[in-house]
Amino acid sequence: MTYDPLDVPADPATPFQPRSGQRGSGFLTDPLRLGTTPSATVGPYLAIGLTWPDGQWAAAEGTEGGIWIRGRVFDGAGDVVPDAMLETWQADPDGGFPSPEDPRGASSHPGFRGYARVQTIDPPGEFGIHTLKPGRVPDGEGGLQAPHIDVSVFARGLLDRVVTRIYFADEAEANAEDVVLQGLSADQRATLLATPTEDGYRFDVHLQGERETVFFAV
Amino acid sequence: MTGTTSGSRLQLPRYLREDASLRTPVGFPDYKSTGLRAPLRTPVDLPHRLTEITGPVLGEDRVVQQDTDLTWRNGGEAVGQRILVHGRVLDSDGRPVPDALVEVWQANAAGRYRHVVDNWPAPLDPHFDGLGRVVTDSLGRYEFLTIKPGAYPWGNHHNAWRPAHIHFSLFGRAFTQRLVTQMYFPDDPLFGQDPIYNAIPAAARHRAISRFDLERTQDNWALAFQWDIVLRGTDQTPFETDDDGDVA
Ligand SMILES: [Fe+2]
Repeated sequence: MTYDPLDVPADPATPFQPRSGQRGSGFLTDPLRLGTTPSATVGPYLAIGLTWPDGQWAAAEGTEGGIWIRGRVFDGAGDVVPDAMLETWQADPDGGFPSPEDPRGASSHPGFRGYARVQTIDPPGEFGIHTLKPGRVPDGEGGLQAPHIDVSVFARGLLDRVVTRIYFADEAEANAEDVVLQGLSADQRATLLATPTEDGYRFDVHLQGERETVFFAV
Repeated sequence: MTGTTSGSRLQLPRYLREDASLRTPVGFPDYKSTGLRAPLRTPVDLPHRLTEITGPVLGEDRVVQQDTDLTWRNGGEAVGQRILVHGRVLDSDGRPVPDALVEVWQANAAGRYRHVVDNWPAPLDPHFDGLGRVVTDSLGRYEFLTIKPGAYPWGNHHNAWRPAHIHFSLFGRAFTQRLVTQMYFPDDPLFGQDPIYNAIPAAARHRAISRFDLERTQDNWALAFQWDIVLRGTDQTPFETDDDGDVA
């Protein structure tokens, strides 16, 4: 059985109104079940559409406590992927999200974006994200997750994004209590741990191979 | 206060996942570049928690007026067939997604991208950069004016050509809703030989194709194509308060 995404009620009579300033609205009609639009690769020319001059600043330059997370993306031959894009999304140091979707209310770090978008442009094929180390976030099962960052990787040769998480190697105690890490083997966990550096952490992504990063279905 | 917000009874929406038989696989053998890039191991299920059901606020500050009209750059008009591309961003429940950032990029009328890696012998257009951005209105609608992109060759196999397409990138409300995709035009004769198009399961391919829209065609000015984009919706589970009753 298929659903036609075009089979929806006709457009409202009023014209398109850019920047309405309104947020949210109820059901357009009775609930419909529409098939989702299939994904496609970002292709080799993603830089045209997806480059942001401020992409790397999840936390603004000069923010107290700012850290750099740097790394590279490797393919199945062990070569650096020179045309990938990473996006990161995370909580602030108190575990709050700069998102109206967080039911616990506003983040206590005004100005913290929590989101970064960076490309691995050759050379040296390295990305760098300036952010704050996330705090612990409830896991919904009575416990707390360890500090983590959700990551989407996009590239030519990936027809959909692949999703992983950055955890921190120097958070052993919190990591041991984390409901997601607990479900993984020691080898799997190791692929998600960012290691401390002089100004932050290093986190490499291995798309394939012996050290293939754990990717998540979300 | 240090990162220990606890809420033992926090109940969150769950974003529905399309059946695998209707989703594009990450890897597809006929698309050669997936061979060394698409992960080979089965992904681990990640239940939706706070990180997955929230998402960044990105909107009007990322968009300027010229971003919705790609046909005029550097003081001149782009060459090509002028088209209006419009539609709505909905979630799978049929609800409009307002205030969603939509980013698009595309080749020019000759099928050439303004990108250092694209150097096949088709002309660049000094008045076309191929970049557009728009934020959906309160009813989830978007529209932009552009020129119809040309087909272009690529190295996947002998005499391989990509059907005309526009790249789309969308944010909804939540990390789970993120979508990067490509919009096609009706009845493209190149569909049959394109592995990126054919990687989409057959039953879902029509969702990637826009519809010619005679009603929105503008007399003496532009053709029109309509394409609605459907992001994942939720199961509508309401929020519950936690022990503190401290819920926005
Ligand atoms: Fe393309």
